[in-house]
Amino acid sequence: MQTKGFWLAGVLVVLLLAAVPDTSRGISVPDMITLNTQSKLYEPFKFDHAKHIQLTKECSNCHHHTTGTLVQEPNCVRCHRNSSETKVVSCRGCHQADPFTAVAIKERDPKIYHNDMPSLKAAMHRNCITCHEKMKGPTGCQDCHKRSKEGDALYNSGAYTPKNKPAKGEHGGH
Amino acid sequence: MKRRDFLKGCLIGGAAASLGAPSKSWAVGSFEGYPDAMGVLVDTTRCIGCRSCEAACNKEQKLPEPDVPFDDTSVFKEKRRTTEKAYTVVNRYEANDGQKPPYRKMQCMHCNEPGCLTSCFVNAYTKTKEGAVIYNGNVCVGCKTCMVACPFNIPAYSYSSAFDPLVKKCIFCYHTRLKFGKPPACVEICPQEALTFGLRSDLIKLGHERIRQTPDRYVDHIYGEKEMGGTSWLYLSRVPADQIGLDTTIGNEPVISNVKDFLGMVPMVLTIWPALFSGIHLLATRNKDHGDDHHNHSEQEGDKK
Ligand code: SF4
Ligand code: SF4
Ligand code: SF4
Repeated sequence: MQTKGFWLAGVLVVLLLAAVPDTSRGISVPDMITLNTQSKLYEPFKFDHAKHIQLTKECSNCHHHTTGTLVQEPNCVRCHRNSSETKVVSCRGCHQADPFTAVAIKERDPKIYHNDMPSLKAAMHRNCITCHEKMKGPTGCQDCHKRSKEGDALYNSGAYTPKNKPAKGEHGGH
Repeated sequence: MKRRDFLKGCLIGGAAASLGAPSKSWAVGSFEGYPDAMGVLVDTTRCIGCRSCEAACNKEQKLPEPDVPFDDTSVFKEKRRTTEKAYTVVNRYEANDGQKPPYRKMQCMHCNEPGCLTSCFVNAYTKTKEGAVIYNGNVCVGCKTCMVACPFNIPAYSYSSAFDPLVKKCIFCYHTRLKFGKPPACVEICPQEALTFGLRSDLIKLGHERIRQTPDRYVDHIYGEKEMGGTSWLYLSRVPADQIGLDTTIGNEPVISNVKDFLGMVPMVLTIWPALFSGIHLLATRNKDHGDDHHNHSEQEGDKK
């Protein structure tokens, strides 16, 4: 990656579902998946896949057109009404870790579809947080992944909390 | 560079004209920006107010330690503005549609026709072909004219030394990232991809496409597509722009042709001009290289790749 050696390199790059087999093909699905293995700012964490399957029941709630019920998004239906499940089930099978490289931007064609696909990190955060807000699940950053020391430094938090706190209400704009 | 000279000529000529009868005869606003200009589409419907972008900017631009941690949400009690210590701030707004409060990240808009640039006497500002509006701190005399000229209230000043007053604002991470085709630090860290980096022309199409595909999610307007002659940073919103602190009264004409704002500037011009006149030429020629500001670390980082 171009950003190699840079402090932000691979920040929060989330690896997901290395090879989740398709339920509909009768192969077992993983109960636990370790996410966030590439991040520097947050620690990796165990995602309880089994618990989420129980809670949502329908695979397509998360794995949109890849497994479970047929495509429902009105915009997708226009082309994919009768499309069968795609072979790719994992998020990272389609969602790029780094969608803003010079090459990716050059290849972006606003005239075709699937050109506004969120990055892997964003796809996961948006999927998880949106549903957690609805279902009253946890939504704080550290509710899912604990911040690393490096993360504390970036956010000036934890051991890196600013020492000279001004009087209340004085922070921010003047 | 000819264009800038032209704009400046207009401004100075306009000063004389507007002291007499205000005239809009020099009105421009036809400049569509550089064809390869980059931009950022800020989709406020995706922002969760995590302030990660503020933290990333602070480190990338080597800004001073903040007063409170970047994960402290008590800052949302007030509406903050960008300062010399914070090139970007996220504010929370109260929407009147009963849904959860929207957040908006603010920073320099990187205007196609920047008011800061056209108003600067010493040519401290440059609009790069990548779309960034950067400045040369070496020639800035701290006159604050750009602060008055900016329709978005962005430039701030650091007076750490009385002899080195320095304008400070978001530079689109030009020296460390944009120049090398890389997205800004704030874009890279955003967990929600509320910030989409790309060619400005693509982002406008993308924005309209998002509105078309999910019309319930957005007001049918991209703020910055036309405002002030167009800006490189663009906003999508669920609620009308004025409800998230964006000025909807500024119109689509760039500052150069905005007589009202300009008249407000004239007294300052007249006050400071004589005092600075003798020094300006010296300052303007001290460093011919407009593209670089004086931070040495910028170059080092550039070399690191
Ligand atoms: S927002 Fe203000 S500081 Fe930024 S380019 Fe426009 S006029 Fe200049
Ligand atoms: S583009 Fe760079 S300088 Fe501007 S707000 Fe983002 S991180 Fe800060
Ligand atoms: S990092 Fe993204 S989601 Fe977080 S406050 Fe900034 S723009 Fe909003």
